[in-house]
This record gives sequence, C-alpha cells and structure tokens, in this order.
Amino acid sequence: MSKVKVARKSTRIDMTAMSDVTVLLLTFFMLTSTFVKKEPVQVTTPASVSEIKIPETNILSILIDPKGKVFMSMDKQGDMMNTLDSVGNHYGVTFTEQEKSKFKLASTFGIPIKSMKAYLALKADEQDKVLANYGIPTDSTNNEFKVWVQKARKINPELRIAIKADQSTPYKVIKDVMSSLQDLRENRYNLITALKNETAK
Amino acid sequence: MSEIQTNDGGGKKKKGGSKQKKISVFVDFTPMVDMNMLLITFFMLCTSLSKPQTMEINMPSNDKKITDQDRDAVKASEAITLVLGGGDSIFYYEGQPDYKNFNSLKLSSYKADGIRAFLLKRNTEAVNKINVLKEKKLQQKISQAQFTKEVTDIKGGKGTPVVIIKAADKATYKNLIDALDEMQICNIGKYVIDKMSPAEMFLMRNYRQRGQLSQSNAK
Repeated sequence: MSKVKVARKSTRIDMTAMSDVTVLLLTFFMLTSTFVKKEPVQVTTPASVSEIKIPETNILSILIDPKGKVFMSMDKQGDMMNTLDSVGNHYGVTFTEQEKSKFKLASTFGIPIKSMKAYLALKADEQDKVLANYGIPTDSTNNEFKVWVQKARKINPELRIAIKADQSTPYKVIKDVMSSLQDLRENRYNLITALKNETAK
Repeated sequence: MSEIQTNDGGGKKKKGGSKQKKISVFVDFTPMVDMNMLLITFFMLCTSLSKPQTMEINMPSNDKKITDQDRDAVKASEAITLVLGGGDSIFYYEGQPDYKNFNSLKLSSYKADGIRAFLLKRNTEAVNKINVLKEKKLQQKISQAQFTKEVTDIKGGKGTPVVIIKAADKATYKNLIDALDEMQICNIGKYVIDKMSPAEMFLMRNYRQRGQLSQSNAK
C-alpha cells in the first residue's frame, strides 16, 4: 500500500497588507483629528441652519451651562498664562511660575479669582471634580467675566469670541454675558450651534 | 510579502556542489496590526471630526447714542418686533403697538406655519429674488462671490422688513437661536437683538389677561 501524502498547508496569513491599511488609517486619523476638549459641564447646543464653520485658531470660547455658570477656554496656552497674569494684577493677586504653568494646562477655566490659588494647588483630578461647582461671576457688582475677556483681548487682539450655551439656558444669563461683551465693544461674536437641515419652501 | 528569500548561487543547478541553505526570513505582522487597530480605536473615540457650526451675529454697541427717538423712528417704518416669552411662546407686532388693544400683539409659534410663514410673506420680494439667484448658481451661471454679493445687496435693499428681537428673561437660549434661525431662513438682512422694555412686558401680560390690564388702566 502506498501512503497517501497529505500536503501540509500553512495556515499562516500574510498580515503585511493588513498592516499597510491600518497604518494608513492611523495616519489619516492622526492628521485630521482635533481632540475633544474636556468640558466641566455637559452642554447640548441648539440646532440651526447656519453653515459657517468655526475657525480653528484664536478662539476664546465661552461655555454657559443650563444653570448659568460661565466657563472660558482659549486655544493658546501662552495666551492663557498671560491672561491669568494680567487678571491677577487687576485684582492684586500674584501667581507663581508653578501656578501659572499648572493653569495653562487646564483646558477650561472658570474659577473666581479669589479661589484661584487654592484651586491651582489641587491635583488635576481633584480640579476636574470641583470645577463644575464654580463658574466665573458675571453679576454687575462683581463682573470678573468682563475683566477676563478684556485682558484676553488685550493679549491677543485677533481673538474671536464664540459662545457655546446649552439650549435650555434662560435668556437672562445669555443677556448678562452679551451685555458684558457689549460694554467691552465686542459686538461681533459667534454662537456655536449644531447642524439642522431645514430650508424655506 | 513579508518573506525575504535569499537564494544564493543557484543551488539547484549544481547538484554535486556544496548545498547552500535557503534562508527565509518571515516577519509576522500580526502584533503590529493589533497595535495599529488599538491606536485607531483610540483616535476614533477621542477626536471630534466634525467642527461645530456657528452663527455670526453683530450686536449694536451699548452706547447710549441710540435714543428712544431712533427706536421709534424704526418702529414707525413698520418694523416687526418679535417678543420671545417663556414656555416657548413667541409674539409679534408690527410698527407701533397699540397699548389699549391687546390684539395688536399676536401670538405665533416657532413652527413652519407660525412666525416663518408670516416673515416670508412680509419678505416675499427678497425671497423670490434670492431663489432665482440660487437657481442661477445651481446652473453655474454665476460665481460664488457674485452670489454672496448679490444676496447681501438684496437683503439690505429697500422694502425689506426690519426685525427687532426681544427676549424675556424666561425665554431660553434655544428660543433665541430659533428666532435668529428664522432670520436666516426668511432671508432677512436687517435684524437686531434688543433689550426687553417694560412696554413689551406690559403687552405680553395684557395679552395673557385678554386686555384686562389696559381696561383697568383706562379706568
């Protein structure tokens, strides 16, 4: 009897092509992505038909949560540091280099200037927890928000202001923010909205 | 593909000669693919691909130069005033309101047959012109730059209505955006967000009470 030889087939799959594809995809995602900013409060923006895209750089974004707390963020870390410095000067608070460098790493800020020092002494994960309880004061008696915008504008004149507010925010809060901006003669700004498809027929 | 074969000297031809080894270098790419997939998932989850839309608005400055007289002048020229109240309600009046007649303030809605229908009717001429332009642009008869220029011309032209938006404290941010949205849908170029005056508050309360306030005032 002759032995029937079964050809041994290799089950090895060549992964080179697969690896090529994944690297390509990876490169695409790395180049096109902008990281989601960590925001202290969850905000649902209202929808609108406007199709203007927000510019990428030189943005001063103002985040307003449904309860009326105001937070701010800037996209350039250098600007953030300088703004903190000049706002501190305005209120007579001086910050150490260490505090400043800690501040510039934060994605969003919204702490009354008096509590700022204590806040910056906290650890990063503790900061995230407490930040949502604060907010920049916007009342007419203690309008720190106005000072922040004013100083930020002085440091970077090309700054564009973008307001991102929750759709259920009462108009009263928006009005306060808008009139603060009006007082500073900041009459052009963007309102961030989500996309809605609707046209007049 | 990932195999590198070195076949030196053509060993097959010389049978009697010294056999040279066929060296095959096979690189396994599976872990590489694993790692890449992991990175891709990370990037996909942590990034926002779509940039948010924005709406550009120009606010009037807070200078006190705009006097009540100016406001009246605009009102007299048949401006439309939108009053955004609490609970998603929207009212409007044309020109000067009649404080004695509660019906001068009209209740409308944010739906397509509400305020939009009214504004479109008031702005028919401009809307028609812009629709013609859009058609032309679709057929590529005019360039984008020319299109935007003509649209702004039409929007700023004479006879187009002026809209004043006033929101009560109880109105939500969504209401404001919706109202601004209607301006865009109805191609209204001249609109402004103004502060609520006590007169509008009175009108709204008067409307809710079916004119009882103005009656008691008259007495």
